Amino acid sequence: MAAARAYLTGGRIGADLDRLSALRARIMARLTGAGAARVEPETLQPADLLLDLYGEDIRARAYIVEDPSAGELALRPDFTVPVARLHMAGGADPARYAYEGLVWRRQPPGSDRPSEYLQAGIELIGGADPAAEEAEVFALIAAALEGAEAAPLTGDLGVVFAAIAAMETTEPRRAALRRHVWRPARFHALLERYADPPAPSPTRAALLGADRAGRIDAIAAAGRIIGARGEAEILERLDALTEDAATPPLEAGEKAMIEAVLAVKGRSDEALARLRAMARAPMHPALDRMERRLDALADLGVDAGALPFDAAFGRGLEYYDGFVFEFRSARAGLPPLGGGGRYDALTAILGGGAGAPAVGGIVRPEALLAAGAAA
Amino acid sequence: MSVKLGLPSKGRLQEASVEWLAARGVNVERADEGREYAGRITGVEGVELQLLSAAEIPLELAAGRIHLGVTGEDLIRETIPGWEAKVDLGPALGFGHADLIVAVPAIWVDVETLHDLDAAAAQFRRRHGRRLRIATKYHSLARSFLTARGVADYRLVDSQGATEATALNLTAEAIIDITSSGETLRANHLKPLADGLILASEARLCRSLTAPTDAADAAVLAALRSRIGA
Repeated sequence: MAAARAYLTGGRIGADLDRLSALRARIMARLTGAGAARVEPETLQPADLLLDLYGEDIRARAYIVEDPSAGELALRPDFTVPVARLHMAGGADPARYAYEGLVWRRQPPGSDRPSEYLQAGIELIGGADPAAEEAEVFALIAAALEGAEAAPLTGDLGVVFAAIAAMETTEPRRAALRRHVWRPARFHALLERYADPPAPSPTRAALLGADRAGRIDAIAAAGRIIGARGEAEILERLDALTEDAATPPLEAGEKAMIEAVLAVKGRSDEALARLRAMARAPMHPALDRMERRLDALADLGVDAGALPFDAAFGRGLEYYDGFVFEFRSARAGLPPLGGGGRYDALTAILGGGAGAPAVGGIVRPEALLAAGAAA
Repeated sequence: MSVKLGLPSKGRLQEASVEWLAARGVNVERADEGREYAGRITGVEGVELQLLSAAEIPLELAAGRIHLGVTGEDLIRETIPGWEAKVDLGPALGFGHADLIVAVPAIWVDVETLHDLDAAAAQFRRRHGRRLRIATKYHSLARSFLTARGVADYRLVDSQGATEATALNLTAEAIIDITSSGETLRANHLKPLADGLILASEARLCRSLTAPTDAADAAVLAALRSRIGA
């Protein structure tokens, strides 16, 4: 199997390589045919930037190499950030980009996932009609899977954020929940904590009971400032803790509401109807968006009402913050053949506050061939 | 072939290992009053001694170049990906105690637990526009511990020595390091988090699961096991 590559027993030489190359060309023709400009980001990306955007998880997954002058560089673990970087550095809105090439991800010991594989994809950045663009990306990726059996799954983190916005609690609590949408265990621990706050330690109780002068004395008595977190931050957080301690426990109905939203699962038309039935006023704009997307999908010939929807889907993929989708193969050992979603907040971080609406999707050509796509 | 036993080449860990083995009838004889990194095992037949730096022992065990070795549980778990398939931790030896912990500046009176650390990290990122830095050499253990507990908005910075001084030197805000008495933490204006114990480590007599073992080796290992339990 010397010529084996990701998910394939061949593909590195001769006829097998020809089949894969033909498939790659066909996919790129389809993506550029949708009006996307070809883009070819650098293989080596600044590790600092990826770490700042994705956090430590990426350091566990990306191959990091040292350059004596450039510092730490990472072999690109995906295309979304590298393409969005190129766009933020000089592209004009609206833009659509198509790309394909290798990505690299370290795999845990014992995993049979490949550490090097191909992705081909499209990114729509700065568009004016989000629902239509989400539908278009979904339909394009579905079309690129032609010939392979794959079951779609969709979700919408925008609905989850809207449900958090509709919760009756304080803004700091909502902000903490928003921040942990991608960490379900921590998210639920926070809900438990707000519903049934732990008793403060004696030290904490004394601090909460102290006035500002008392707090400043307590800080001074505790040592000296080391590191970059200063006294103002400690005092600010003591204020936040005081406010939180004075906040009544989260009502059972609030926790039940968010959990009910996250539990919605089924056909998209039925899911939308159920979400509408349980929605509070702040949730309706997100549900209107979902409805417009389903209409736009139907316009593109997708059986939109029947699309499987799971409100909790997408929570493992930090940086997606709206519509998310995936196409799963029934064949054992294959990853999702395609997938993607909306990542508006990420472009805002890359652009230093000035973001742009962005949605994209990818297919995995090798997995696609392994799943039986025609070359 | 012979059974290879790896011991730390110097220091407290070596002395304690030698004593522990001697108490079980396995004697380490050093030539040249311990200055030369060589020696031999008496009291049991067919065992060859290898004196190695503490950091090498986990790697040698995992690679199967030694059959047995004394090292800290923390080093096995940190340095060998998928260690369970390569090394059996073996008996705890009752010395080399070291707790891997999360510590923050003592002056952070608002931070007692990981929940507080996570909230402080969110606040830090909002105010400074970058992630809160945690200095450590235990990257793997640190990352999996913080991930499992849902701590976000931090960044690990590498520190291979004097980790307790990093906050003082303004190269980190918090640390993850081993501590035994806590005195070094206090001296460096740090305090451990109440729920920040990552691993209570001690020295172990580890057995390689990958070392080639012929019938004679197996017999020696069986004889050793009855004496020392590894």
